[in-house]
Amino acid sequence: MGVGIEVINLNAWYGNNHTLQDINLHIPANHATALIGPSGCGKSTFVRCLNRMHETNPIGRVTGTVRIGGLDIYQDANPVEIRRRVGMVFQRPNPFPTMSIYDNVAAGLKLNGYSNRRSLDEIVERSLRRSALWDEVKDDLKKKSGASLSGGQQQRLCIARALAVDPEVLLMDEPASALDPVSTSKIEDLVFQLKSQYTIVIVTHNMQQAARVAEKTGFFLNGRMVEFDSTHKIFTNPSDKRTEDYITGRFG
Amino acid sequence: MLNSEVESEPRAGLKPSPGQNPETAAAPEVSPVRGFLLSRGNSAIADAGFRWLMVFSGLSIFGIVGLIVWQLALRSQLSWQKFGFSFFYRSYVDSVTHQRIFWDPVSGHFSALPFIYGTLVSSFLALLISVPLAVGLAIFLTEMCPQALRGALAFLTELLAAIPSVIYGLWGIFVLVPLLRVYVNPFLIRWLGWTGLFSGDNPTGLGFLAAGVILAIMILPIISSLTREVMTAVPQSQREAVLALGATRWEMIRMGVLRNARVGMMGAIILGLGRALGETMAVTMVIGNTPEIHASLLSNGSSMAAVIANEFTEAVSDMHLSALIEIGLALFIVTVIVNALAQLLMWAVTRGAPATAR
Amino acid sequence: MNAETFPLRPSMPPSQRFSMRSWMRGWTDRAVSALAILATLIVITPLVAIFVYLIYKGAKSLNLAFFTHIPNPPGEPGGGMANAILGSGIVLAVSSAIGVPIGIGGGVFLAEFGRGSKLANAVRFTADVLNGVPSIVMGLAAYALVVVPQKHFSALSGGVALGIMMIPTVCRTTEEMLLMVPHAVREAALGLGVPNWRSVLSITVRTASPGIITGCMLAFARVAGETAPLLFTALGNSFWSASLNQPIEALPLQIYVFAISPYGDWHRLAWAGALVLIVLIVLAVALVRFVTSRGVLKGTS
Repeated sequence: MGVGIEVINLNAWYGNNHTLQDINLHIPANHATALIGPSGCGKSTFVRCLNRMHETNPIGRVTGTVRIGGLDIYQDANPVEIRRRVGMVFQRPNPFPTMSIYDNVAAGLKLNGYSNRRSLDEIVERSLRRSALWDEVKDDLKKKSGASLSGGQQQRLCIARALAVDPEVLLMDEPASALDPVSTSKIEDLVFQLKSQYTIVIVTHNMQQAARVAEKTGFFLNGRMVEFDSTHKIFTNPSDKRTEDYITGRFG
Repeated sequence: MLNSEVESEPRAGLKPSPGQNPETAAAPEVSPVRGFLLSRGNSAIADAGFRWLMVFSGLSIFGIVGLIVWQLALRSQLSWQKFGFSFFYRSYVDSVTHQRIFWDPVSGHFSALPFIYGTLVSSFLALLISVPLAVGLAIFLTEMCPQALRGALAFLTELLAAIPSVIYGLWGIFVLVPLLRVYVNPFLIRWLGWTGLFSGDNPTGLGFLAAGVILAIMILPIISSLTREVMTAVPQSQREAVLALGATRWEMIRMGVLRNARVGMMGAIILGLGRALGETMAVTMVIGNTPEIHASLLSNGSSMAAVIANEFTEAVSDMHLSALIEIGLALFIVTVIVNALAQLLMWAVTRGAPATAR
Repeated sequence: MNAETFPLRPSMPPSQRFSMRSWMRGWTDRAVSALAILATLIVITPLVAIFVYLIYKGAKSLNLAFFTHIPNPPGEPGGGMANAILGSGIVLAVSSAIGVPIGIGGGVFLAEFGRGSKLANAVRFTADVLNGVPSIVMGLAAYALVVVPQKHFSALSGGVALGIMMIPTVCRTTEEMLLMVPHAVREAALGLGVPNWRSVLSITVRTASPGIITGCMLAFARVAGETAPLLFTALGNSFWSASLNQPIEALPLQIYVFAISPYGDWHRLAWAGALVLIVLIVLAVALVRFVTSRGVLKGTS
C-alpha cells in the first residue's frame, strides 16, 4: 500500500542554477497527484528529488526535508533503500537492452539478490498483468529482448519493472510524452487502475492528462510551486492568476 | 492476487470511475517482496569498496609510469654517474687506428650518440616517405572514395597497423632488403650518389634506408587513420561553403578541409613520429646494428631501441647494462614528450570529445 | 577565392581569360586526384605484398609437426614451434590476468566515477601517452621489476611486461564502450534501488560487454605479436617448459631468432609462425570491426 509524502522547504540546484525554490506540499497516499507546468519549470527535478535521483548528477544539490511515510529520506536513509521503496518510470522507455522481457521485470529483485525462482515467476506475471502487458508478451517472455518491443509496450514494461519491487510510491516523469496517442491512453488507464494501491506522482505537460487521471494537481512555474489543490479546483477555479493563464493557454 | 482486472484495450479518454474498480480489495500489510527488500542492507560499504577499487585501477596508470621512471633511473645510475650528460654526445679517438669510436663495451667506452643519430635519421626518413602517402590516402578515403571501397580500404589499413613488428622485420629481411640491394640501391648510387647521401660501400642492402622504408610502412596506417579522423571531423558546411563559391574539388579540399584539419594532422604526424622513434624489432632486423655514424643512408647503423634489443642479454659488465638502460630511459622520456605533444594537438581538435560524449 | 577568377576587366576578352584559368584549375584538380589515388595504391601494395608472400611462404611450411614438435637443431629439417605456442599461451595468460582486470577497472573509473573530473582527465591523458611508450622500454621496466629481484629470466616477467602494455589499451576501449551505453539505462537501474556496484557490473558493463570483450581481444592480439619486451624477460627456451619461473619460448620471439639465423629450415619455420600469428591477429581485428560496425548496443532508444 502507498504512503503519503511530505515535502518541507525543498530547494534544488543544478550547478549554480536554482531549479527548485522552497517547495512545500503534502502528497496524499493512494491517490494520483499530477504536476503540471511549462517545460523547464522544475517539475521533473522535483520528482527526481523524491527518490534521490537528483543527486546522481554530479552538479545536482538538494536541501530541505522529504518525508515518505514518515521517513526522512535525506536524513535517515540511504539512496539505495529509498529507491527500492519509491519506483520510478522515466520520460523515455528505458528497458535494459541486453535482457529478456522476463529479466527486465525481474531485474529489480534479481539484482538485489532475490533468487526464489518460483516466486519470481509469479511476481513477473503479476507485474505484467498489472501493467496490462501480459497478454501481449506472455508467449515470448524469455525469448524476446525488452528492446524489441514497441515504444508503448516498452514503457509498460518499465512500469511492470517498477511494480515488481512492490513500491510504496510510483513516480512517473512524463511517462507518455514519447508515445503515440493509443499507447498514451493505455498508460493513463493504467495510472487510473494503479492509484488505489500506490501513491502516484505523475509529471505531465499535458493538462488533459492531469485532469483525467489525478485527484490533486500542482502547478509549477520557474522553480516554484504556484498552486497545489484538487484537480477540479485547479482546472475550474484556480486561485492564482498565473495558474489561470497557463490553464487557459496564455503561455507555456 | 489482484490481477487481470486491467482491460487490455480500453477506449482512449474513457475513464472508469473508482467505485467500479474491484482492485480495492485489501492488500497484505507487508508483501513478501517488500519484506525481502527491506531486509537488504543499504550496500554503502560494498559501493564504497567498489568505487575505491575502480579508482585504484585508474590510478595504477600513474603507478606504472612512476615505476618505470624510478626503476630505469635507479638502474642507470652507474653510467649516469660516470659519464653525466656527456653520455649523449661524447666520443673518443682510438690511439692505434685513429678512428672515432663511440661505443665499445670491451674497452668500456659508451656513448649514445650513434644510436640517437640512427633513431633520428630512420624516423625522419620514415616521416618523409609516409606523410605524403598517408595524407594522400586520407584525402582519397574521405573525399573521393566510393562508399563500398572505403570500408575495405579502411579495414586494410587497420590490418597494416595490427601486423606485429617482427613480421615486418621478417618481410624486411627476406623481401625488402634484397629488393633494395639489387634494384633500388644501385639506382640511387648512380643517379643521386653526388649528394653524398647514397654511397655504395655496403653490399648488404641493410642500413638506414631499409629501416626508414620499413618504418614508413609501419607508421603509415597510424598517420593516415588519424588524419582521416580529423578530416572527417571538419563540418560538411565548411566544404559546401567553399564549393558554393565555385571551387573545384581540390580547391575545396585545400581550403575547406586541409586548412581546418592542419592542427590535428600535425598531431597525427607527431604521433607517427613517436611510434617510429621507439619501434624496435623491425628496425633491429634491417638496420645493420653497427654503432657508427655515416652520412650515407645506405650504410649500416643502429638505433636506440635496436641496440637495447641487440645487446641487452649479451651484456656482461654492469656498466654496459647501465648504459643500455640509460638509453632506454632517454627513449622513454623522448617518446613521452612526443606523445604528450601529439595528444595535446589531437585534443585541441576533438576537444573534450571522449570525456563528454553521452 | 581569387577575385580575378571572374572576368571583370574589360581589357581582355573575358571568355578567354576565364577558360584559361578554368582549364588550369581543372587540370590541377585532376592531377591531385590522380596523386591521391596513386598514394592509395602505393600504400596498398606493400600490404598485399606482405600478405601474399606471408601466405605463400607460410602455407608451404605449415604442417601438423609445426603444432606438435619442438624445433630441431640447425641442419635437421622438420620440427615445429609447439613449445613456443604453449609458451605464448602461458605468457599471454599471465599478461591478461594482469592487464584485463586492471584495464577494465580503470575504464570503469573513467566512464562511471571520474567523468569530467581533473583526475580522470589526467588518467586518460597518461593512458594515451603510455600507449605510445615503446614496448622495449616496457621490457626494461619488467626486467628491472621482476628479473633483477628474482635473479633469473622467467615467463612471469614476460607476462608482467605484456600485462602492463595491455592496461592502457583495455582501459581506453572500456571507457569508450561504456560511454556508448545510454544514460537512461544507468538511471533505470539506479531507480530500482540497485546498489551502484551491482548496477555498474550487471547493467552498464554487461550492456557494453561485446565491445569490451573485443577491446580486450584487440589488446591481446597486439601484445601477442610483441617481441621486444620478451627479449630479456621471457628470454626464450628451445625446450618444453610450462613453469612460470623458468625462461620460456614465445612465438614472436622464436620468429625473430629464426629469422636472423642462417638456416633455411629455421627460416621456413619463421614464416609458418608468422602466418599463425597473423591469422590470429586478422581474426581479432575483423571481429572488432564487425562488432563495432554493427553497433555495440542494439535497440537502445
